[in-house]
Amino acid sequence: MNMRDNNDPLIIGGKTFASRLLIGTGKYAADTLIPKIIESSGSRIITVALRRVDFEAETDNVMKHIPDHMQLLPNTSGARDAGEAVRIARLAKAAGCGNWIKIEVIPDNVYLLPDGHETVLATEILAREGFVVLPYIQADLVVARQLVDAGASAVMPLGAPIGTNKGLKTREMLQIIIDEIDLPVIVDAGIGKPSHACEAMEMGADACLVNTAIASSSDPVAMGRAFGQAVEAGRTAFLAGMGPVKKKADASSPLTGFLRH
Amino acid sequence: MSFYEDIVRYRDLDYQNCLSSVTDSQFYGILEKPHLSDMDFLALLSPCAGQHLEEMAQKAHDITIRQFGRTIMLYTPMYLSNFCNNQCIYCGFNQKNKIDRHQLSLEEVEKEALEISKTGLKHILILTGDAPKIAGLNYLESCCKILSRYFSSISIEVYALTRDEYARLIQAGVDGLTIYQETYNEDLYGRLHLKGAKTDYRFRLDAPERGCEVAIRSVNIAALFGLDDWRKEAFLTGMHADYLKKKYPETEIAVSIPRIRPNAGEFQPKVIVEDRDVVQMMTALRIFMPRTGITISTRESAEFRNHILPLGVTKMSAGSCTAVGGRTSENKRTGQFEIADERGVPEMAAMLQASGWQAVYKDWQPIM
Repeated sequence: MNMRDNNDPLIIGGKTFASRLLIGTGKYAADTLIPKIIESSGSRIITVALRRVDFEAETDNVMKHIPDHMQLLPNTSGARDAGEAVRIARLAKAAGCGNWIKIEVIPDNVYLLPDGHETVLATEILAREGFVVLPYIQADLVVARQLVDAGASAVMPLGAPIGTNKGLKTREMLQIIIDEIDLPVIVDAGIGKPSHACEAMEMGADACLVNTAIASSSDPVAMGRAFGQAVEAGRTAFLAGMGPVKKKADASSPLTGFLRH
Repeated sequence: MSFYEDIVRYRDLDYQNCLSSVTDSQFYGILEKPHLSDMDFLALLSPCAGQHLEEMAQKAHDITIRQFGRTIMLYTPMYLSNFCNNQCIYCGFNQKNKIDRHQLSLEEVEKEALEISKTGLKHILILTGDAPKIAGLNYLESCCKILSRYFSSISIEVYALTRDEYARLIQAGVDGLTIYQETYNEDLYGRLHLKGAKTDYRFRLDAPERGCEVAIRSVNIAALFGLDDWRKEAFLTGMHADYLKKKYPETEIAVSIPRIRPNAGEFQPKVIVEDRDVVQMMTALRIFMPRTGITISTRESAEFRNHILPLGVTKMSAGSCTAVGGRTSENKRTGQFEIADERGVPEMAAMLQASGWQAVYKDWQPIM
């Protein structure tokens, strides 16, 4: 099944997307790689840190490298509390970046872990103002539920701390969120290789956001393609329904075989 | 609690024994650890670890790519004033040095800002000597008001301030604080800083913390290498950064590795810090503190800066000038020190691109 023209689209904030892979714009050796990675990965949603955008610049303007068909997802990188996140979101909207916002409230520069309480506060304010809010959170069901009530359009729990490439270290907690939250669940951060993304999708995640693993590859374009394929494969497997995992081979029925005679 | 208490504690450390007793086996064990202790960090600064620079460089490179990507943030310094009441014997602005003293008028600040902004840079570092009656808070606030029209990030490298003074400058648009302890050796500090407010070791040492206390966004610290044993200075720089990042996790902590450069005084470095020593310090700092920024200024040569680029650097200066009004004034004044890499912003960006790195011109957006 090809996700790009399938009938299993991702729907967030009333919009429909043919790809379940979200990508970032940071850490690349050159912004000119961005359109190539969009092409190879098939991604349709791209996040960009407002702090990095210089709208007036001729040379250093990441926005010039993002094709019009992409859904722009500005993020509040640098925000240390709800107030700063709200101000950054409003600045992004005023700058013409639209009304989608990925809330990142990170008061910890060592592990880059998000503050759930402040994230909920920012989400309440911005959702009320008409933003489509996608908050980045720890894999915490309680916070995810509060975000549903606050008006979030999706939740973005982390698989592992940003930039670690360690994979789904929060797997059990992610599964609980996937099982309990009706909003789209986008696994964000920590995904280090395509098999991690595939694993998240097999678990029933609605999408994955990947940046570091693509940007830090020696061939980001090929790695973008690999992630696009992995997300598709994982989603297809989830929809197909995976067989049960058994500890032993199941060649016969030693206790009830006599019933077949 | 102040980092001074740690300084006192580390005074009793038998550095000689700790550094000389590190074995190859210990070194490789440390390299495999997910988190390093203070003694692990010291071991990475040992002569034994110095025999394994390639392994350290490989590890530091991998960490840097994962944490910061292939990007280098560019900034440039703007010297506002070289009046100084201090007599720091290694500094070109030493009160006793016979140099042309000047402070930029606000018109001159605007002229320099306009000139720098043509390069596309959005991060500016403003510097002064230590003469608060001339380059006082009101003057700095006025400069920031002008500079905020041209730059999205303003950092200061001025004399040590009080907490309230840092808070005032944050309100004026400052988001970054750079302040070097010069040497963590308190006795030596007293012998190097002969007169002026900077003679107060503790007030200087606690300045980065005062900035953190009023929630400045980033703090950049360092020792000036060449004044004392570089292994001890690098260790205490790392421990100072570690102390700040643990106590103030919301502040971005960065370190620099500046080596003494020739200047208008006659001071000669007491300790020769070789290129390989800088590499060892940089890679040890990166392995010890994966998320901490590392700044390399134009004190280093173009060739050396090109080589150390992949080893942990996150921020570099470009188009630098250490003289007051050096970019627009016809009067060519003496700089604080001689710069060793005279490349302008376009040359630096081209070098970075050719080496597979992206020059980042803007990485902050004022949200006041």
